[in-house]
Amino acid sequence: MKPLSRGNSGMKNSRISLKCHKIVGGCGEGEALVSHEPICFYLTDPKTGVVREKNHELFGKNLAGKVLVFPSGKASSVVQIDGLFKLASHNLAPKALIVKDIETVLIVSAFLVKVPLVDRLEKDPFEIIQSGDFVRVDAEKGMVTVTK
Amino acid sequence: MTKEEERICKGELGKGMQEALNLLVAIGDAYDAERMIPISRAHAASSGQEGDLYFVELLADGGARCKVPTSTNPVYDIPFFHMLFDIPKFEANVARKVMEAYRRVGAILSWSCIPYMAENIPLYSETVAFSESSATPYVNSVIGARTNREAAQSALAAGVIGKTPEYGLLFKENRRGTHLVEVKAKLRDEFDYTLLGYCVGKEVGYGIPVLTGISKQPNTEEFINFCAMSNVPGAISMFYMPGFTVEASTVEEAFQGDKPRDKITVMDRDLKEVCGELQTTSGKIDFVMLGCPHYTLKQVEEVARLLDGKKVHDGVSFWVCTSATTKTLAEKTGYVGVIEKAGGHVVVDTCIDEPCWAVYTDKVGMTDSPKCAYYRRFKEVRLGRLEDCVETAVKGK
Repeated sequence: MKPLSRGNSGMKNSRISLKCHKIVGGCGEGEALVSHEPICFYLTDPKTGVVREKNHELFGKNLAGKVLVFPSGKASSVVQIDGLFKLASHNLAPKALIVKDIETVLIVSAFLVKVPLVDRLEKDPFEIIQSGDFVRVDAEKGMVTVTK
Repeated sequence: MTKEEERICKGELGKGMQEALNLLVAIGDAYDAERMIPISRAHAASSGQEGDLYFVELLADGGARCKVPTSTNPVYDIPFFHMLFDIPKFEANVARKVMEAYRRVGAILSWSCIPYMAENIPLYSETVAFSESSATPYVNSVIGARTNREAAQSALAAGVIGKTPEYGLLFKENRRGTHLVEVKAKLRDEFDYTLLGYCVGKEVGYGIPVLTGISKQPNTEEFINFCAMSNVPGAISMFYMPGFTVEASTVEEAFQGDKPRDKITVMDRDLKEVCGELQTTSGKIDFVMLGCPHYTLKQVEEVARLLDGKKVHDGVSFWVCTSATTKTLAEKTGYVGVIEKAGGHVVVDTCIDEPCWAVYTDKVGMTDSPKCAYYRRFKEVRLGRLEDCVETAVKGK
């Protein structure tokens, strides 16, 4: 395989592999989107994937197709599950979810829409991953690969 | 995994069972549960929304049937409301399919948010899987059964498999108190308990509060209201009122030797403030909505007593939501007759958060439930004690 390169600088992209803990299986990859605040999927536009929760750090950003890095879910089970389900039914769900604090509602949400969900990365994901990095989550192998 | 669980996982007992167990395994993995343990009953907080429909149909179409008694939360009384109102077709169709799928999966069609009162009652120390905001803390604290905070789908999956992963509140050491709440406010009635629940949920957020300073035994309805409202601004899966709840007889026992993470005091003015915060209007009203959570027989009787011989104002619709079980008894006892004679309706299977009420989106209502006021499905909602709601309904303002 050819080494990945950015432009003609000749510099290799750095790649970091981190072990993780599988919760919902599968594989997903895409551009990382990092949120330091908990996320409620119900407060995104189900037809675009844009976060519409005012005062949220992701306000105006689009979750669709991203690998989402966030501390935890929030809000009642009914709205959280319905929110992610609506995104998925428009093909706008994130490609994978990386979280710090897990709870049952988030597990059920990810399970229903078959989006890989992992936690317990061997290093703090908020220190390693930045929005815009390319991230591959292989929940089955328990591995997250970050390409900067 | 047991041999039976392995067979289910491979799909040998059908796709429905397989999906249900897969979900429970994912939850067990997340919490490092070492095994699945049997449950005696479950309550699925069905909601009549698309995510809910997807999972219950997946199980029903895959041939799964509930292994232990599994009750359901309200959706709405479809034939009744379709006779009265135009309900958006798409939403009506989802609701109809949800109710049909829960029947196919062999659930108890209680359509009640307080199933622990009649249709599905856990005992002390039973392991169960109860979703629904008032049900989880009620069965953990007032009854002393053991359940985790479930989603509708994880509770249904547990009902189908008859098991749940062993983690969290199923272990005694995880049931210790986290916050000490000193109640200095006077609690006169059920309405004060709704405000107390709201205050505690808001202050504690996520935790197990231990309440002191309550001198009189709360009644059933007061406990129900406290539980329901504490989960509106917060996530309270369990609480203690030593002396009145079953698991710890002292504050020290409730904390299991630990120190409280935080101390909170609730004064009269806090309850007043919460009530004001939820209040959006005064003056003329279009409807009164009671029964969130569902009214018990005692509360339906109270409504009948207050309405006896009176007439609800022409411009006001008057609704009492309750379970089919309660309504049957209330009909026999004569309460429903009195309420209907006064121009009110007693409706079953229905929650205030369902599309059947779309007709009131632009209307002003009054309720005794902060929960009903909080979610703001209506233009404006006035909050008051039951007596005030009835009085306002009769006067029209």
